[in-house]
Amino acid sequence: MKWGSNTWVGGALVAVAISAAILAPWIALTDPVMDANLMNAELPPSWQFPFGTDAQGRDIYSRIVYGARISLTVGIVSQICNSLIGVTLGLTAGYWGGWWDDLVSGTTNLMLAIPSLVFALAIMAILGPGLVSLVIALGITSWSYSCRIARAQVLSLKSQGYIQAARILGYGDLRIMFTQVLPNILGPLIVIATLGMGGAILAEAALSFLGLGIRPPFPSWGSMLSEARDQIRAAPWLSVFPGLAIFFTVLGLNLLGDGLRDILDPQSTTRRA
Amino acid sequence: MLLVLARRLGNFVPTLLAVIALVFLLFSVLPGSFISGMNEDGRSPIDPAVMERMRKEMGLDDPLPLRFAKYVANIATGDLGISFRTREPVTKLIGVRVWPSLKLVFAAMTFAISVGVTLGFLAALRPGSLLDTVSMVTAISGLSLSQFWFGLMLMYLFALQLNWLPSFGYGDGGLRNLILPAVALGVGPMALLARTTRAAVLDVLNADFVRTARSKGMSERRVVEWHVLRNALVLVITIVGLQFGSLMGQAVVVEKLFAWPGVGSLMVDSVFQRDMPAVQGCILMIVLFFLFINTLVDIAYVVIDPRIRYG
Amino acid sequence: MSTPLLAVDDLHIALAGDKTTYGAVEHVSFEIGRGEAFGLVGESGCGKSITALAIMGLLRRPLSLGGGRIVLDGQEIQDSPAAEMRRLRGKRIAMIFQEPMTALNPLSPVGRQIAEMFVLHEGTSWNEAMDRAEEALRQVRVPSPERRIRDYPHQLSGGMRQRVMIAIALACGPELLIADEPTTALDVTVQAEIIDLMAELCAAKGTAILMISHDLGLVANMCRRVAVMYAGRIVESQVAGAIFATPRHPYTRGLVDSLPRLGERSRRGQQRLREISGVVPSIAAYPSGCRFNPRCPAVTDICRSTAPEITALPADGLVRCHHHG
Repeated sequence: MKWGSNTWVGGALVAVAISAAILAPWIALTDPVMDANLMNAELPPSWQFPFGTDAQGRDIYSRIVYGARISLTVGIVSQICNSLIGVTLGLTAGYWGGWWDDLVSGTTNLMLAIPSLVFALAIMAILGPGLVSLVIALGITSWSYSCRIARAQVLSLKSQGYIQAARILGYGDLRIMFTQVLPNILGPLIVIATLGMGGAILAEAALSFLGLGIRPPFPSWGSMLSEARDQIRAAPWLSVFPGLAIFFTVLGLNLLGDGLRDILDPQSTTRRA
Repeated sequence: MLLVLARRLGNFVPTLLAVIALVFLLFSVLPGSFISGMNEDGRSPIDPAVMERMRKEMGLDDPLPLRFAKYVANIATGDLGISFRTREPVTKLIGVRVWPSLKLVFAAMTFAISVGVTLGFLAALRPGSLLDTVSMVTAISGLSLSQFWFGLMLMYLFALQLNWLPSFGYGDGGLRNLILPAVALGVGPMALLARTTRAAVLDVLNADFVRTARSKGMSERRVVEWHVLRNALVLVITIVGLQFGSLMGQAVVVEKLFAWPGVGSLMVDSVFQRDMPAVQGCILMIVLFFLFINTLVDIAYVVIDPRIRYG
Repeated sequence: MSTPLLAVDDLHIALAGDKTTYGAVEHVSFEIGRGEAFGLVGESGCGKSITALAIMGLLRRPLSLGGGRIVLDGQEIQDSPAAEMRRLRGKRIAMIFQEPMTALNPLSPVGRQIAEMFVLHEGTSWNEAMDRAEEALRQVRVPSPERRIRDYPHQLSGGMRQRVMIAIALACGPELLIADEPTTALDVTVQAEIIDLMAELCAAKGTAILMISHDLGLVANMCRRVAVMYAGRIVESQVAGAIFATPRHPYTRGLVDSLPRLGERSRRGQQRLREISGVVPSIAAYPSGCRFNPRCPAVTDICRSTAPEITALPADGLVRCHHHG
């Protein structure tokens, strides 16, 4: 596939999602939480309610638009958190080596031995449900990949002598890390971050669906699905639209990430193969 | 070769111990994680005297290393503690759910491998064709799906509308109940396998030694059979091994959706009920399985790739 | 004169780009006699390797045959169906490549890779084929062949791997061996051994060699006639000795001059090695007229506007230059 089409389509989808989130108060038809009219409960899609209404009589379309805010925020924040942790650990581990490297590598291997969703679930078990614990749980369980990449990049630069040369010139460690190493890994990191955001959104949806993340009545796409599940027979549209919202947003992020990979990381250090 | 094998297996035990330590730290050491959980499950607060008795009973006042040693010893003998909720041994609770989970995970993986690898393979043999584009679009869509949502949609279509398959539950343990959850669970790994297989096969098809094979006068089909398959297999096995991990994670949600009586749904329920021993037990079970699979993958490498055997 | 074993006549190879098609190789013609060693020399990117692939029928997208004839032993093969080309490959024309490290299947023992040839082309049983593979290894002077047939490529040194490749190529007694930079990736000491081995085996079996290299000295030593390629065209072709003694094309002259020679005193004031200024043009930006004109010390106006025609030279030579001689 030409790199062009991936990036553009993906970028467009992501832009739509982000715009929906930002413009929510203006493009939503009703208040997503308060405008509940039991008289309107479980109506199929119509001109008044483009995506139908839920069991409380709330407009699904508005809830999805507001839900974009929550889901995207969780995705972005947790991914930033993961990247920061991963890059810091990976950079320092590769740079300084020694016992610190051993410790970080060991921890990374440990993290990789536990499926991230299970780990997140465990952390939520300790912290209790809610938005904050969700972000924390998601933000500290997926840093292994960026850590590995950052570390590998540092080691590769080391072997090429860049770092030694900078040291000889009198650069301090931190300066070297910021000015020499970081620019080199920025490309792969952006790719990982983009793809990781998709994963974070899916994970948030899963955890909210289970009832552990965002709880009703707040309209996260995942919690909307958990509410919809029992009504699947009577009101299938309740499940279809939030799921489609998740699907297109994550698809956009995946396409964008793929496209960015072709531009920023042609040697494919990020290809999971 | 045995030496290489031994080295690979040597990784298993330390990692397992490290995970046990991590779980222990998270659940038994973090302030309030163990006992006070019982106060927050909505029931009336526990009498401090009862709490004190429980603390002594569970040895929570002992020094840390002693607690850890006891913990590991218990695990080694198969004692995972007593469930807060049902007062039964956790091992018993989990034991009855292991088989359904294994069935589900393996069924999902079988689906993922058979569809994903085939798709990726065919796509690589005809790059740029319609088949290739359709396969890759399917693959990236599969990666973007919320697996439980997909399961929900499948349930709606095949169970509720068409009435071909039961909508949830384990039933009599037969195939009919297994299909929907397995497909819902397997669609993610299937997508990733399709993409990776395609990339791996393309790589090999362009490799120098394949050019040599062609220059020997081999038919394209022979080239694929004799040279390409085995080399691409090495790359595919890595992914399969890694995917088992994410499968286990996703299985937790799919099990809950389909009311599948496995370890995953037990874990979710236990998290809700703050049944810490059960949660710990489930995590350990899941990780143990994943580590086991990874070790198998490592062994498979040694068998297939002579570069490692005689490395 | 007897029919040449291989005659390449006005060969064109096209390279399909994003929007246009480029002429990677144009107007290439040469002949190789039975049992003759023929050299094809040029810098990287001049098209010599893809010429070899074209002869073998191994061109793949985005390369394709754009015109011309390839005649093997009097029979035209450029349009042969795939099945027929397959029968030729390995049996009548064989090829060895530059990188022995990657040219062999890493997952298969080398003996098996040689034995494949016998099973494929002569229908022998695997057992018999393995015996013959051992014999083939002995012929290319690999020590302890009975043990080596079970080794994997990564267990052998570069020189040994190339010997295995030679064994594979010569297994079924082909009439023509194409060697594409076979020694470039090897140590200098091993290079000479491999070249000698090739020359000896081919002479013994009467196999013709098409030797492709960027190393003019190596080729001139081994081959009876040498052709020089530049930017997809043959610019000169002469008997080996003549190429060195009397190069007629400025490019050839540049190549010969740039070889440092032991004992040669530098002329007064001359401190540097002689080089050909400029770089090889990329295929998308071939100069008009004579493709060498931007780098040619003898360039004039006509060189920039008109592509030179072929001028015949004595002893079946040729040169493509407006100012040859």
